[in-house]
Amino acid sequence: MKTVYLDNNATTKVADEVLEAMLPYFAELYGNPSSMHTFGGQVGQRIRDAREHVAALLGALPDEIVFTSCGTESDNAAIRSALLTKPDKKHIVISRVEHPAIRALCSHLGAQGYKITELPVDKNGMLDLENLEKTLTPDTAIVSLMWGNNETGVLFPVEEAAGLAHEKGILFHTDAVQAAGKIPINMKNNRIDMLSISGHKLHAPKGIGVLYIRRGTKFSPFLIGGHQEKGRRGGTENSASIIGLGKACELAANNMETENIRVRRLRDKLERELLKKIPQSRVNGDIQTRLPNTTNISFEYVEGEAILLLMNELGICASSGSACTSGSLQPSHVLRAMGVPFTMAHGSIRFSLSVYNTEEEVDFVIEKMPAIIERLRGMSPFWNQAGQACANQ
Amino acid sequence: MWEYTDKVKEHFLNPRNVGEIENPDGVAEVGSLACGDALKLTFKLDENKRIRDAKFKTFGCASAIASSSALTEMIKGMTVDEALKVTNQDIAQYLGGLPDEKMHCSVMGKQALEKAIENYRGAPALEPGAKIICECFGVTDKEIERAIRENNLATVEEVTNYTKAGGGCGNCQDAIAQILERVKADGKSDVRPKLTNLQRIRLIEETIEREIRPSLKHDGGDIEIIDIIGNRVIVALRGACATCKASNITLKDFVEHRLRELVVPDITVEEASK
Repeated sequence: MKTVYLDNNATTKVADEVLEAMLPYFAELYGNPSSMHTFGGQVGQRIRDAREHVAALLGALPDEIVFTSCGTESDNAAIRSALLTKPDKKHIVISRVEHPAIRALCSHLGAQGYKITELPVDKNGMLDLENLEKTLTPDTAIVSLMWGNNETGVLFPVEEAAGLAHEKGILFHTDAVQAAGKIPINMKNNRIDMLSISGHKLHAPKGIGVLYIRRGTKFSPFLIGGHQEKGRRGGTENSASIIGLGKACELAANNMETENIRVRRLRDKLERELLKKIPQSRVNGDIQTRLPNTTNISFEYVEGEAILLLMNELGICASSGSACTSGSLQPSHVLRAMGVPFTMAHGSIRFSLSVYNTEEEVDFVIEKMPAIIERLRGMSPFWNQAGQACANQ
Repeated sequence: MWEYTDKVKEHFLNPRNVGEIENPDGVAEVGSLACGDALKLTFKLDENKRIRDAKFKTFGCASAIASSSALTEMIKGMTVDEALKVTNQDIAQYLGGLPDEKMHCSVMGKQALEKAIENYRGAPALEPGAKIICECFGVTDKEIERAIRENNLATVEEVTNYTKAGGGCGNCQDAIAQILERVKADGKSDVRPKLTNLQRIRLIEETIEREIRPSLKHDGGDIEIIDIIGNRVIVALRGACATCKASNITLKDFVEHRLRELVVPDITVEEASK
């Protein structure tokens, strides 16, 4: 059975070019980049190249790039550094829809005595900047807001938000794990102090991340050890993955137009056709201000896990914000923060595309989804009633 | 991804008895859209008062659909009295087991069955004296108590896995903890988990350490485990206990009593020969 992979916000395929770039650095060129000999030193040169490619994708300087092990490490390093470099400040501002890497960290810090403000979002998942401004106090150490939401794709105005924070001398961090490589980012045009990236969301392997730290920003390392990354992150470099990430960023920069034209068109087609063919379905999140690859659609009166498992039978991969897929009894915190009714949230499916998806794949999903939803609605005790309610309106 | 058994997958992909029986003898609806799962069960009896047909409509995840399918298969051919004896454990077992977090799906099946039979008999829907504990998911104290007894639950988290109670806002978690305490104190939870040898030995050690030794020490005595052979626990009394004339009473009425209560009911405690 062919796999139709529409779960690229969960993780992505390692690009062929990326894999090819990495392979020599496992068994042949395995030297330590810090070594004095050429055998190791040549790896160091390739890491410098990779750093430049990552910097180029972000409009950053190479020495502003610190390689980490994943997005979660980058997020942890950023927040903890802010608290350590501003030891007298005890307040952190985040949003209600942040990734667990930020939310769980902050609830942990909350239990240790820090004050956490979680900014609300509106029904479209959008953030109110006036609201942000009101919450900033002289005690605020850092504001951390995600650039693109992993569940809905909704984009936050992080550049404006960073400006607001900066005016008050507050550090600003953004989790750009979903945004990097999908929308243009230019750190020269904003005041964001720190930014997190994860390799495996943009066709590099799992286990490699980046923390961008603006030149001049005080930084206290999270992993203390050797002199690697200029003392900002100890530990022998993950050479192959760093080199792979460099290649992936190079590809992402080249694919930026494709992503925003072709992928967006495929996503729009998928969304438009599903909404047309399947009654009582709707999109969650603002449809203008969002990533080009993501759509989050709720199918009322059916449950997400059941939908996913029937899709799985056809080789179609996606995600759900339903309670049953999370192991908790409540649907996604993102959808709840947006006030999506439970009846809709339970039946939400996130489709996330990549440049590797084809028109045929999208057509296949458009063809198969209506029958899946119909089959489950046929089993649902609410469906007939709903159909009638609909006819009466 | 959940680890569902092949049987769960099979019943989810090819559910038996989907639909609604017209003019059913018994009908029940449990759960709600907000909960994330709901089940409508209908059944019809034959001339011998056995369940001739049962059908379901379920909104929910794969295990909810599979549990409903299993339930309708299981009760066909049963009298209502026989059907009432079907427990949520039976439903889960029929499916080769369910993940812990999904046990509430089998409980939902059991609830629907009871309500449908109540409906058939014209009995009240809510158990007499039952009180809603979990407002989010509409779970009553009686339902929680029964889940604790039938499945030998020990923690609030387990209760949530089995009944959903406490899984929403979490406000009722203290109330659930109180019910757990009460059921434990009632001692009606007679189905204890079967312990492995190692677990039993560890539990005996822990119980002596936590429940018994502090009391003895308070009176200047002490206790030491010499050996554990099956359910025979051989101990030595130390300190004040060693010379106490009432030491035999201490052993039987206190040490043995506590171990029987907290570990397994057929433990005997003996004093090591001096």
